[in-house]
Amino acid sequence: MGAAAGAAVERPRRPLVWRRVRSGSVPYLLVLPVVAVLGAILAYPIYRLVRISLEQYTLFQLRTGGIYIGLHNFDSVLHDAIFWHTLLRTVVFTAVCVGATIGGGTLIALLLVRVSGWVRILVSIGLVLVWAMPPVVAVQVWNWMTNVQNGVLNYVLTELHVGDYFGHNWFQTPFSSLAMAVTLIVWGALPFVAITLYAALSQVPHELVEAAQIDGARGWRVFKDVTLPVLKPILYILTSLSILWDFGVFTQVYLLIGQPAVVPANYVMGVYLWEEAYISSDYGRGAAISILMLAIVAVMSVYYVRRMVRVGEVE
Amino acid sequence: MRSRGLPRLGWNVVGLALFAVMIFPVFWMISTSFKTTDQINSVTPTWFPLHPTLQHFRQAIHKPYFWADVKNTVIVVLVAVGIAMVLAFLAAVALAKYRFTGRKTFIVLLIGVQMLPGIGLIIPLYVLLAHVPVLGLNLVNRLAGVIVVYVSAVLPFSVWTLRGFLLGIPKELEEAAMVDGSTRLGAFMRILLPLVAPGLVATSVFAFITSWNEYVFARLLLNDQSKQTITVWLSYYTGTSRATDWGGLMAASTLIAIPVVLFFLLVQRRIAFGLTAGAVKA
Repeated sequence: MGAAAGAAVERPRRPLVWRRVRSGSVPYLLVLPVVAVLGAILAYPIYRLVRISLEQYTLFQLRTGGIYIGLHNFDSVLHDAIFWHTLLRTVVFTAVCVGATIGGGTLIALLLVRVSGWVRILVSIGLVLVWAMPPVVAVQVWNWMTNVQNGVLNYVLTELHVGDYFGHNWFQTPFSSLAMAVTLIVWGALPFVAITLYAALSQVPHELVEAAQIDGARGWRVFKDVTLPVLKPILYILTSLSILWDFGVFTQVYLLIGQPAVVPANYVMGVYLWEEAYISSDYGRGAAISILMLAIVAVMSVYYVRRMVRVGEVE
Repeated sequence: MRSRGLPRLGWNVVGLALFAVMIFPVFWMISTSFKTTDQINSVTPTWFPLHPTLQHFRQAIHKPYFWADVKNTVIVVLVAVGIAMVLAFLAAVALAKYRFTGRKTFIVLLIGVQMLPGIGLIIPLYVLLAHVPVLGLNLVNRLAGVIVVYVSAVLPFSVWTLRGFLLGIPKELEEAAMVDGSTRLGAFMRILLPLVAPGLVATSVFAFITSWNEYVFARLLLNDQSKQTITVWLSYYTGTSRATDWGGLMAASTLIAIPVVLFFLLVQRRIAFGLTAGAVKA
């Protein structure tokens, strides 16, 4: 009994070969279903995507199958000014969103450390509520708040004497439309960043902060030399996550601007892809754009994946 | 510490202002949904509806396809989350309890796949589901198609978070059960499963929220109004052709957000989020 239990605890020391084979195959059997599903719903589609990108593939070919045309789709996309303009616009859009999210999130986290307990609880509840809002719901609320006739945003800005915003249309120019999308996205993304950073701040050793203060360091110096180094790893991860999310954003921009008003001048990559693929039904060209976009995201995600894998290795 | 008295008062004021700004859109949604149509259409806003009306909620739930699409959403979400949890749990056990060749590759793929934007896959998934090879099925405009997509969408993070919960269970407990004569499976069922149950609940709630909120694939794959999910239904909500029915829209938005918010409040603390797990040791 005792011997058997000992053997069970030290698993691999079994004399019988077939037993070792069986227990060796257990983890593979366990991951098999996940691998099968991801293979069928992700890997195989990516393979199809590559193939479609090399084909002439429109609504008509949906029945007959595509016609191989080599790199023509890529050629066409890469010589399209709309692609490059959209890419550039998306990079700027992403930079603004990420900068505001990470900067704002850090400030909120630092603020949460300084306020009284009850204010902290109140702000946390607010953050969690915002975090929980479904994106499509948030879009509709934004539509209502920014609406031309009687949106509350125009009213408040006018009342605060920021200017005369009565009847101001926020979706008149591409810049202004995308700025509204930025506010929506940053608002929705701030809670995750702020709450995660606040948790990380609790890791900052008190003694270090006090020691720095005794040495005469104040405010910014304490933050830069004591707090920031502790936050750095999590800041890197949050930044790379935000970049990946914002670069691939679709729902908020597409629904906020609204289908009829979506034009090349206000495209971001996700919307561009949707319009090219779904609306104009040129799947071959859409596939080429998808691959270019996925490739950019894949390159950008290398850093995040490597960091997370290191976490997985340690445990 | 030093920050007592006046500085703290100042920070509190800033904190309250921040709270007001962040919460305002949520407040405005709820407040609007209880106002009368006159109050809503007035140029001067009414901040608090002193005489709340339920008229807009009635309007929203009696709008065509509301209940059909709620039903669709519930079916899609429950089936997708159910399947995903079983599969993810098995894989999470493998990652947490076994060392095996290919483990690292599996982790890399899992985390990498999670970062791919769904929008990049709309074309091949549409083509694939419009004509499923071997089976010869057309899953476009069927709930099954969306379910399949959602299962694969929530799998990566579910595996990753469940693995985290499994790692939190002391190995000694499992070993103690085996010393008592249990097989590995017996130990697993009696010791591991109850201990990891809170983690399973938290992960499935998070998967639930993700699926409930999903828009792109529901919009892509479901065309009939009676087959759509509730987010797509909401995105089409405008009211009459002349003017948007803001009251009804906000009432509907509130109704759709409620289940998500409730569930989110339940698990927010538990899910220290697989996405950053390990980077913050709470």
